Amino acid sequence: MYRYDEFDSALVNERVAQFRGQVARRLSGYLDEDRFKPLRLMNGVYLQLHAYMLRVAIPYGTLDSRQMRRLARIARVYDRGYGHFTTRQNVQYNWPKLAEVPDILAELAEVEMHAIQTSGNCIRNVTADHFAGAAADEVEDPRIHAEVIRQWSTLHPEFSFLPRKFKIAVTGAARDRAAINVHDIGLQMLRNEAGEPGFRVVVGGGLGRTPIVGPTIREFLPKAELLSYLEAVLRVYNRLGRRDNPFKARIKILVASVGGDAFAAMVEEEWQALRGGSLDLPEEEVARIAAYFAPPPFGALPAQDTEFEAMRFEDRDFARWCRTNLHPHKQQGYAILSISLKPVGGVPGDATAEQMEAVADLAERYGLDEIRVSHEQNLVLPHIRLRDVHAVWQGLVAAGLGAANIGLVSDIISCPGLDYCNLANARSIPVAQRIATRFADLDRQHDIGELKLKISGCINACGYHHVGHIGILGVDKKGSEFYQITLGGSAGEDASLGEIVGPAFSYDDVVDAVETLVETYVGLRETGERFLDAYRRLGSAPFKEALYAGH
Amino acid sequence: MTARIVTANGLRDGEVLYLARDGRWSRDLAEAEPAESAEAEAALMAIAEGAMRCRTVVEAYAMALAVEDGTPRPLSQRERIRAAGPTVGTDIAIERGR
Repeated sequence: MYRYDEFDSALVNERVAQFRGQVARRLSGYLDEDRFKPLRLMNGVYLQLHAYMLRVAIPYGTLDSRQMRRLARIARVYDRGYGHFTTRQNVQYNWPKLAEVPDILAELAEVEMHAIQTSGNCIRNVTADHFAGAAADEVEDPRIHAEVIRQWSTLHPEFSFLPRKFKIAVTGAARDRAAINVHDIGLQMLRNEAGEPGFRVVVGGGLGRTPIVGPTIREFLPKAELLSYLEAVLRVYNRLGRRDNPFKARIKILVASVGGDAFAAMVEEEWQALRGGSLDLPEEEVARIAAYFAPPPFGALPAQDTEFEAMRFEDRDFARWCRTNLHPHKQQGYAILSISLKPVGGVPGDATAEQMEAVADLAERYGLDEIRVSHEQNLVLPHIRLRDVHAVWQGLVAAGLGAANIGLVSDIISCPGLDYCNLANARSIPVAQRIATRFADLDRQHDIGELKLKISGCINACGYHHVGHIGILGVDKKGSEFYQITLGGSAGEDASLGEIVGPAFSYDDVVDAVETLVETYVGLRETGERFLDAYRRLGSAPFKEALYAGH
Repeated sequence: MTARIVTANGLRDGEVLYLARDGRWSRDLAEAEPAESAEAEAALMAIAEGAMRCRTVVEAYAMALAVEDGTPRPLSQRERIRAAGPTVGTDIAIERGR
């Protein structure tokens, strides 16, 4: 894992001291709200529906046990005993007091964490594949490059006041677990014909009120030239992106208005002026950062573990959990283990302080001290020996974290919605809870198979509903909550935007509508066909018919 | 009967507050001072502006509610949830467990 150097530490500690002074000046009246608001936002502090909210960055979703315990401590001491993990691999606290935020930031700085650039029109926390460094299918660990981008973009003076916020995601594999096609910039590692690693660059994807699957503007970018090329993209955007209308200010609007090819040409031209300069990282600097992400000391283990196989044979609940929550590891004898934060009836992405500590303990004892946060609002223990999987599972079950539903219909992405968010038009969490409860029977969920259901409480689409196999968007209709359903979206390498299936459903009716869609799929699927594939084969007609025929 | 009241968040701790009858800020919606005319609403907002300058509250605004049998009920779902707290949530589950 990356460790702060003296510059990182100095920067973060100076920022804490600076914000402590700003809060003190706000409370004593030297700063009014108009002047203070941009300062608090630069430090991740929002004012939400009920209270302040603090968003803490988890760079590329990687944590160790010490950091997770600190998140738990902050939840317990300064908040209401829990945290909310988000689709951008951040963690949010819903009830901090402004006067105490500087103390929280100081506690975070002690464990090399911060809330810098978790808000504002700057380059936000860089996200990455949550299986990075463990996935069997990756070209290279994408976190090396995510960390390079973090260092380049942190307090970058030229890009601190962009037309709008800017989000970058990196994946190390062809299999896209980081939703790169719906980010401002998405980077996919691949090898060229000579076998050299580099990036495919996607620009101008995004969700929100104008959802777009981004075009590829460069098929292969050599690794060493990553920063000069990114700087060229940002410069073109900073110069030409709209500043007159926040709804038209994201880079996706610019790229869509000029076209992907024309945008690529503008970037190329800008890039020629930047190439070969100080932004080309020296080999030794990349090697220094890469060393932090060197594979942990894996043991030499057999590919099969008889004890693990025996437990899977004997214990039906364990076997079922293994089916969805275990993933192949690049190292023989190890597995990647997903921890679902979607128990039936729970809040998607929430973990109590006790649960965070339980995960920290398991990571420290069994998992080479590594934890990941996924953009699907779950946690991951990336390096678990097969022989320890059963013990870890028991620990998770004891902590209320044993849900066996990764990738299934109850593994729902949900934004906080109108229960917490100032921008929402409708509630998301109770809809997610009611759907999960309706499909609580695990045998039924496993029979339905992979189904990504995503819910947003407003058009800003924090719940990624456009790219859900089933997407649900909460809208306000004359003071009542209604829910519009989209079908056929995907956030993966086969990215697509869902299509609206028809008129919206009321809060009371939306769960029945989802069940109707699922039953329609079950009735029409071919052997082994996922919901998404069935929808792509059949089109929307049978689903529309099932939902609206009686109306 | 519909009326308008003034709400804001506490500066130090962010809590939801309502401007009450005697110029106090109350956590209880039922204590909010109702304005039944534009002039009365402007007078309440003037008090709120003063409270913002004095750093008691931030982001004050007027909102609509209905009073049925003496019980105030915000017209929008947003304000109903803001007044009563989240309808679901881990905070509620933790509170119940204690």
